Amino acid sequence: MRVNFTVNGRQQEADDVWEGESLLYVLRERMGLPGSKNACEQGECGSCTVRLDGVPVCSCLVAAGQAEGREVVTVEGLAGFAKQRAEHGGCASGACGSEGGTSLQAAQQWSAKGTDSQTGEGTELSPVQQAFIDAGAVQCGFCTPGLLVAADELLERNESPSDADIREALSGNLCRCTGYEKILDAVRLAAARQGEAV
Amino acid sequence: MAGTKTTTGAPTDVTQKHNQGGIGESTLRPDGTLKVTGEFAYSSDMWHEDMLWGQTLRSTVAHAEIVSIDTSEALAMAGVYAVLTYDDLPAEMKNYGLEIQDTPVLAHGKVRHHGEPVALVAADHPETARRAAAKIKIEYRELPVITDEASALAEDAVLVHEGRDDEYIEWVSHPNIVHNQPIIRGNAEEAAKKADFVVKGEYTFGMQDQAFLGPESGLAVPAEDGGVDLYVATQWLHSDLEQIAPVLGLPEEKVRMTLSGVGGAFGGREDISMQIHACLLALRTGKPVKIVYNRFESFFGHVHRHPAKLYYEHGATKDGKLTHMKCRIVLDGGAYASASPAVVGNASSLSAGPYVIDDVDIEAVALYTNNPPCGAMRGFGAVQACFAYEAQMDKLADEVGMDRVEFRQLNAMEQGTIMPTGQPVDSPAPVAEILRRVKARPLPPERQWEVADGDADVRELPGGLSNTTHGEGVVRGVGYAVGIKNVGFSEGFDDYSTAKVRMEVINGEPVATVHTAMAEVGQGGITVHAQIARTELGVQQVTIHPADTQVGSAGSTSASRQTYVTGGAVKNSCELVREKVLEIGRRKYGSYHPAWATAELLLEGGKVVTDGGEALADLAELLEGETVEIEAEWRHRPTVAFDKRTGQGNGHVQYSFAAHRAVVEVDTELGLVKVIELATAQDVGKALNPLSVVGQIQGGTTQGLGVAVMEEIVVDPKTAKVRNPSFTDYLIPTILDTPTIPVDVLELADPNAPYGLRGMGEAPTLSSTPAVLAAIRNATGLELNKTPVRPEHLTGT
Amino acid sequence: MDFLRPASWEEALAAKAEHPTAVPIAGGTDVMVEINFDHRRPEYLLDLNRISELQDWHVGEETVQLGASVPYTKIMENLRTELPGLALASHTVASPQIRNRGGVGGNLGTASPAGDAHPALLAADCEVEVESQARGSRLIPIDAFYTGVKRNALEADELIKSVHIKKADGPQQYSKVGTRNAMVIAVCAFGIALHPETRTVRTGIGSAAPTPIRAKAAEEFLNSALEEGGFWDNGKIITPSIAKQFAELCSGAANPIDDVRGTASYRKHAVGIMARRTLGWTWESYRSGKGRGAEGVA
Repeated sequence: MRVNFTVNGRQQEADDVWEGESLLYVLRERMGLPGSKNACEQGECGSCTVRLDGVPVCSCLVAAGQAEGREVVTVEGLAGFAKQRAEHGGCASGACGSEGGTSLQAAQQWSAKGTDSQTGEGTELSPVQQAFIDAGAVQCGFCTPGLLVAADELLERNESPSDADIREALSGNLCRCTGYEKILDAVRLAAARQGEAV
Repeated sequence: MAGTKTTTGAPTDVTQKHNQGGIGESTLRPDGTLKVTGEFAYSSDMWHEDMLWGQTLRSTVAHAEIVSIDTSEALAMAGVYAVLTYDDLPAEMKNYGLEIQDTPVLAHGKVRHHGEPVALVAADHPETARRAAAKIKIEYRELPVITDEASALAEDAVLVHEGRDDEYIEWVSHPNIVHNQPIIRGNAEEAAKKADFVVKGEYTFGMQDQAFLGPESGLAVPAEDGGVDLYVATQWLHSDLEQIAPVLGLPEEKVRMTLSGVGGAFGGREDISMQIHACLLALRTGKPVKIVYNRFESFFGHVHRHPAKLYYEHGATKDGKLTHMKCRIVLDGGAYASASPAVVGNASSLSAGPYVIDDVDIEAVALYTNNPPCGAMRGFGAVQACFAYEAQMDKLADEVGMDRVEFRQLNAMEQGTIMPTGQPVDSPAPVAEILRRVKARPLPPERQWEVADGDADVRELPGGLSNTTHGEGVVRGVGYAVGIKNVGFSEGFDDYSTAKVRMEVINGEPVATVHTAMAEVGQGGITVHAQIARTELGVQQVTIHPADTQVGSAGSTSASRQTYVTGGAVKNSCELVREKVLEIGRRKYGSYHPAWATAELLLEGGKVVTDGGEALADLAELLEGETVEIEAEWRHRPTVAFDKRTGQGNGHVQYSFAAHRAVVEVDTELGLVKVIELATAQDVGKALNPLSVVGQIQGGTTQGLGVAVMEEIVVDPKTAKVRNPSFTDYLIPTILDTPTIPVDVLELADPNAPYGLRGMGEAPTLSSTPAVLAAIRNATGLELNKTPVRPEHLTGT
Repeated sequence: MDFLRPASWEEALAAKAEHPTAVPIAGGTDVMVEINFDHRRPEYLLDLNRISELQDWHVGEETVQLGASVPYTKIMENLRTELPGLALASHTVASPQIRNRGGVGGNLGTASPAGDAHPALLAADCEVEVESQARGSRLIPIDAFYTGVKRNALEADELIKSVHIKKADGPQQYSKVGTRNAMVIAVCAFGIALHPETRTVRTGIGSAAPTPIRAKAAEEFLNSALEEGGFWDNGKIITPSIAKQFAELCSGAANPIDDVRGTASYRKHAVGIMARRTLGWTWESYRSGKGRGAEGVA
């Protein structure tokens, strides 16, 4: 079947989709957006978390056909999404990501734009992305995309979360490397920087 | 789809240019930005335009003869390009294995464990491949399963492997024993007579899974020369290569391996998983083949931590000195050997813990059974022993009537202590000090879950969001533990690494490029390599070349060894490059300044400087038109094999020590546990990157917590089938299960190691588990000799 | 496999009438796992995401009409006062991501004894509104809904539209035992609702029998004990012996099995503990007049 939906602000189309494919598979294998991760494919790890019409969901549990006509934000679009939110005021719905956006080709050959094409040094990042790097919250990084999408959404609706709030909001995202302490640090750091910026 | 036929997701150079430091600084990861933007390509992200998907058909029974396999229906399906079984293997070599080549690439005549690969399919869509695999008909004739020591060593026991001719067989008492290692030192029998108190215990350690988040995956691309390019997530490229090439019937140079992004490892990627299968399918079909396990298959796709039974006896005098220790450790190796022999060596040689015990009688064995194969996991044999000896220490301290920490401190080893193997501990061993540090920390406040109006924040209570208690039945407990882990490959293994370092001028700036085959699995090895290059070569910009087999072996990313050994190799190659650079400098400028001939010269801040700080030349100028490149192997000091009968020998390179204090709250009525804090102290010799060191300690601590209270692969003892191969029923800690983990890092240099560093990745996984268990025992008064602790154990139901 | 995408409830009923084997999919929590892990290959998937009325709820005089696809997150955020037990149960469902997509329709459709919503629905008392193109809609009392292990009273051509849940007239509580502090499937679960208007107590037990059940003997015992002691009027603390007896009867109602998540004997034990505790919490809330719900508990 054919599926059309918006990813990171750009209309996308996938053909010959098998009806049992998940949104995760379509993003990763058909749209060149492998940032959302395939760690469990049973909704038990959060690595595939994306925003679906603004709401964080496990993309492995969304049938591709269910995404028809809807707005998806993935980790690849998180920096742009956060930037637009900052510029246009806190827009919690994916709908606000529809301006601008990237071309299909650009999305498929996605590359961090920075002063250095290899490490992406100088790439424009969302506050929560930068905080994850600075706090040492990234080790193997496989859980990172899902955590970033979830943490960004937490900070969107709660700008100064308590530790218990952070733990609850991220309790659907497994990490096997860090023991979570640096992830807490990163979210605290992003919240603090967000507070300073206001 | 992208219009090129190139492989997407192939790793490229990673360059750090700005604001990054040398050793000792908390330099940020060079791959950090790629990882937070989703651009970092893991092995499952590899993609090729006309690639096929590989699917593995695995046995549904644990032990059976294969009567027949019929692949005809599968082959006839549209979209299916190949179906392979044992009969299709192209070379004489049809097995692989880390230490014993006992593992069939595809089952031949027999399957020995649940989930063993039997056939392979390549198809144009993963669903087509799955449907085709489902159409392969296999007829099994089931055999009785061997699941424990009693069934393995029974007189009429079926042999899991017949006709063994490996190097271990002559030393074992039964062919269903992979390997055994006794260690006899002093006279435990005699020494026991001096004991005023003797404590015996029997302990059970459950089967733990590495549960790395990035599933086994990779892409094999057939090459025009008849070889294959393989992109894969692994812990040791060259070890894979040695096992892959013979089975493919190819010389090693025709199997070109590149490390793809690795989503965690923890020992679970030391063994081959899909590597050979993907290559076989690619070579057969002439098309690139991608294999990605899902979580269910991943539980069958890699080995697990050995479950163990441990029988201990310790004695002490009334003033608290240990008199002797006897132990027997039975590790279940499962159906194939994997790393079992080395795990046995570790379990036995570290079974006495970080204590002074002159008289010991030790034996560790690993069994062949029809349970899932077990092998490497973080802590590697030392974890199981630590769980048991630390429980023994608490019991013995109680018998003697001493404080549990003081009892440990009284018996703690220190520099100069002789190990049960006769090997002296010849660098700092601050066992008493790390215990002191965790004990000295203030305890976290009680009843942190109380909020206004006498209500409770359930997120802070056992049961968490499940709202099982508002404080009822909740009892606090505190427990301590300390452990000892070896660093590096032991027992005479030639444990070297290789580093190629190049220095040149690019755009007017001196640049160092570091190329090793080290598997970056998340630990931060590449960060440290760049730091070392900066420190040794005085450059700012460092490029890390992707890890591949175009450079010599780096050894395994395991055994806490990479910063030590490949770090050591990078340091060594940098030093050799520096000598060459200085030679060029002497040639070019030697006549202009006497210091070129006389002074100790360093490379700092992009210049050649004297040890007095005088700048002699700009590196950019000095290296103009020159490229210095050196590839060199580096070795730590050699070790020797343990004597097969007595276990004596200087078998280990270095030791690593960590201590934990666990504070838990237990809902004693429901048997639910909340770990409140897991304070830890560890000596790391020298923290090359303090941020990464703390991250490793916290991560390792949490894996220890997991196996204390929730993690276990449950195998049905009647069928040897795995009952919980999913993240629904194999639980690892969430952020709500993980407490704050304060870390105290000591830096007592080991004079034998590069920069004085001490391998540190595994030690925190050892003592975390027994500390949590001790705290739960403290809260409940229960004996709890099994891990993980389940609510049933705490409620007597 | 075919993917059916009805744009309206009527279209969905028509599709289900035409293809009775079609598997409805809404939040995807159960269905997608079965597909991803190759446990199930339905001929048709029937997507209910585009049917907006399934996402709506209406608070009426007596009941809340809760659309089958209203996400658990919305229940937690918006229906805490009217449906406190279900709001608490919703909070224990899986992860935030899953709570954002899953609703009670999925729990009812799958009818797994481990579904988190069931004990709360049983305790609150409700009727499940199901509909077919051929016969229109009907209301199935929750007590008649669960018919066997992962089986319910739905006909092949019917879809679950909504649940008509009695608005809380007294305190409600919900507890669930799992071996992890978040994102865990129930080892067993317990729901309780005090109904001061009818002077009755209702219960629900999950994962401790082939289907979700009520502990009817325990309810009857407690109803008469509360009546006899005049507790509803005098608001006294329930005596430990009554609480103990109630807990034992709840435990006795359970008919669990040993499985990889827990043993039968532990489940019986835990149901008793949860019954005693949740009775204590609800009764304390009732007698202190703290309102209907379970406020104060995060």
